[in-house]
Amino acid sequence: MITITNLSKSFTLHNQGAAVIPVMAGANLAVSAGECLGLVGASGSGKSTLMRMIWGNYLAASGSIMVGDVDVAKAAPREIIALRRGTLGYVSQFLRVVPRVPTVDVVAEPLLTLGVGADAARGRAMALLAQLNIPERLWSLSPTTFSGGEQQRVNIARGFVHPYPALLLDEPTASLDAVNREVVLTLIEAAKARGAAIIGIFHDEQARARLCDRLVDVTQFTPGMAQ
Amino acid sequence: MTDQTAYNFAYLDEQTKRMIRRAILKGVAIPGYQVPFASREMPMPYGWGTGGVQVTAACLVPEDRLKVIDQGADDTTNAVSIRRFFQRTAGVAVTEATAEATVIQTRHRIPETPLTEGQILVYQVPIPEPLRFLEPRETETRKMHELEDYGLMHVKLYEDISRHGQIATAYDYPVKVEGRYVMDPSPIPKFDNPKLAGNAAIQLFGAGREQRIYALPPYSEAISLDFDDYPFAASKADHACDLCAAPDSYLDEVITDDQGSRMFVCSDTDFCASRRKAGHIGPMGTPMAGG
Amino acid sequence: MDTRIWAKMTTQPLLSVRNLSKFYGGRIGCADVNFDLFPGEVLGIVGESGSGKSTLLSCLAGHLAPDRGEVIFATTEGPRDTVQMGEAARRRLARTDWAYVHQNPRDGLRMGVSAGGNVGERLMAVGARHYGQIRDKAVDWLGRVEIAADRVDDRPSAFSGGMQQRLQIARNLVTGPRLVFMDEPTGGLDVSVQARLLDLLRGLVREMGLSAIIVTHDLAVVRLLADRLMVMKGGYVVEQGLTDQVLDDPQHEYTQLLVSSVLQV
Repeated sequence: MITITNLSKSFTLHNQGAAVIPVMAGANLAVSAGECLGLVGASGSGKSTLMRMIWGNYLAASGSIMVGDVDVAKAAPREIIALRRGTLGYVSQFLRVVPRVPTVDVVAEPLLTLGVGADAARGRAMALLAQLNIPERLWSLSPTTFSGGEQQRVNIARGFVHPYPALLLDEPTASLDAVNREVVLTLIEAAKARGAAIIGIFHDEQARARLCDRLVDVTQFTPGMAQ
Repeated sequence: MTDQTAYNFAYLDEQTKRMIRRAILKGVAIPGYQVPFASREMPMPYGWGTGGVQVTAACLVPEDRLKVIDQGADDTTNAVSIRRFFQRTAGVAVTEATAEATVIQTRHRIPETPLTEGQILVYQVPIPEPLRFLEPRETETRKMHELEDYGLMHVKLYEDISRHGQIATAYDYPVKVEGRYVMDPSPIPKFDNPKLAGNAAIQLFGAGREQRIYALPPYSEAISLDFDDYPFAASKADHACDLCAAPDSYLDEVITDDQGSRMFVCSDTDFCASRRKAGHIGPMGTPMAGG
Repeated sequence: MDTRIWAKMTTQPLLSVRNLSKFYGGRIGCADVNFDLFPGEVLGIVGESGSGKSTLLSCLAGHLAPDRGEVIFATTEGPRDTVQMGEAARRRLARTDWAYVHQNPRDGLRMGVSAGGNVGERLMAVGARHYGQIRDKAVDWLGRVEIAADRVDDRPSAFSGGMQQRLQIARNLVTGPRLVFMDEPTGGLDVSVQARLLDLLRGLVREMGLSAIIVTHDLAVVRLLADRLMVMKGGYVVEQGLTDQVLDDPQHEYTQLLVSSVLQV
């Protein structure tokens, strides 16, 4: 489902003497449907960078990133938008939403974008919020004022509201208590079971052991850090 | 007083007449289109019919018989002074009888007696631009006419209904001419609007201060704008004339004493007098000597 | 819902801009602008004052005649260059298929006309002649932009800035346009009002399948509204791409400066 071939990336900092910083070279990996791949490596080794490149958030310098039949490294913006709409889900560590929009609408939005009816989309959103133990009295409030753990769960709800064939998970259990951590792990397992291809970053070693079929150490792709 | 030969015929010099006649011809050729013209200073203030006077002056020939009315009446100050102006400067015959006149200059009315072929009706127009109420920019209104961009005209009527529950515009009611230009018929009551359309006479409109002339050739189509669910209705006071008993003429309401007593009389004085001469007498009328 | 269906739906651009240039004497307004806008896409144009973004928007919307280039719009009769089009045809597009939301609602509203009349004007301009239906539609649209039905006969001068802006949006969208031009739509508004307007715009864009071109200097606004971003400087487009990609991984020197100059809250 996701195949990365010979991928490289560097940053050019024009405002700091045009310094060129290579951050990735010769990256290769592949994830099939129903498989979960864990990215590991020291801080700064490029786990999040790789994930952002798959998401299309960072430009690749060379190589290819096939998600389904789209090469994210070369795709036009609208192809990436279409990919994100129906195929590729992403749970980032940060919640970025329009202020003052109710939580239930934030979660339902990906479905509305896909053309699902408003009632059905909200119903699905409410079921997920309930499953993730977000108190019902918060559903009509904007998540911008929520605690870190609550925001994290809203983000997860957004990422799981549509059954994306491919999922990117960046620290999905980071700031969760034991109960909610278990809910999230169950959700991820269910996604695997229905055939989603998953790439995740898990600092939580137990979670990693429980979910991941394989691990890839990204340090090997990092210029100057490879062993 | 000055002998009439001290003036050129009908006051205007021949160059000016030519210029105005060209504007009139262009107006007749493009019904409802406002033709700019170089309006002259006239020996009366703006707002007293300088546009109409110039159009009349450009149309008059020595054989004409002129009638001048103001709000339907032949005997008000404005009508009397304009009539005398042309008696003195053109020496033309004058009349108060609609049917006998060849040229009729009017302010704010169309005579009740149907006009006939060969007659010319000249309107005095204060503001020729029907879109002016909502769009103050002349460049923009000209563009809107050019492109037939007339949505704004209905906005005015919409506002009327939303505020008053009906189209409250009672005079100056816009018409669309020959399916093309939206035209301001001058502040005639909307009761007169149906008479604009299919009229046998040539109708000419002159706006002196605004320097515009426009026209309706004989038998032109002029449709009053309206909504499907609020159709145009030519309204008048629900009364008959107290002097001549006419049930279907446009009426003026006259307060007759300090107690608020009132009477309704035809605004068209010639029409009313003719009816009374013919023996039609209303509740407050007195018989007139036959003509 | 399948990705390929979306891709297929969007193979024909709604707007194709080719080599568009506008000069003010010897000064560059905008130069050599090229892009395609597809149905349902929201394009943000950012840049500092004088970068040419407003000139570009005016050329696209037909308010300014460009000196060179083409602006090809997919009309119902097929693709047409709106630069070559007659003024009458362009105005017809402007009141049917296009909408233009001004930064200052006073420029986009008739301040002396009731809210209902403002919303109804475009309907009447395209031939609506049933008062009751026009009014019903106006009330419906006021509701969609969160203005109470009992304000339908009030004039915009009695509205707050945020309400005026929402009224302007209702007035523009009532005829179901396909392309909306917006010039700093959240410009003069309080931050709290901005958020509500942004949410409203997102919802309308999604529900109506609108395409939009939004000129702004506010990077937060484009991040939340725009799918794609164009960065302008000195009249030229220096960078364009997916909005979050341009903001998070800017390639051009100027974009890097622009992004790093935003004050963090």
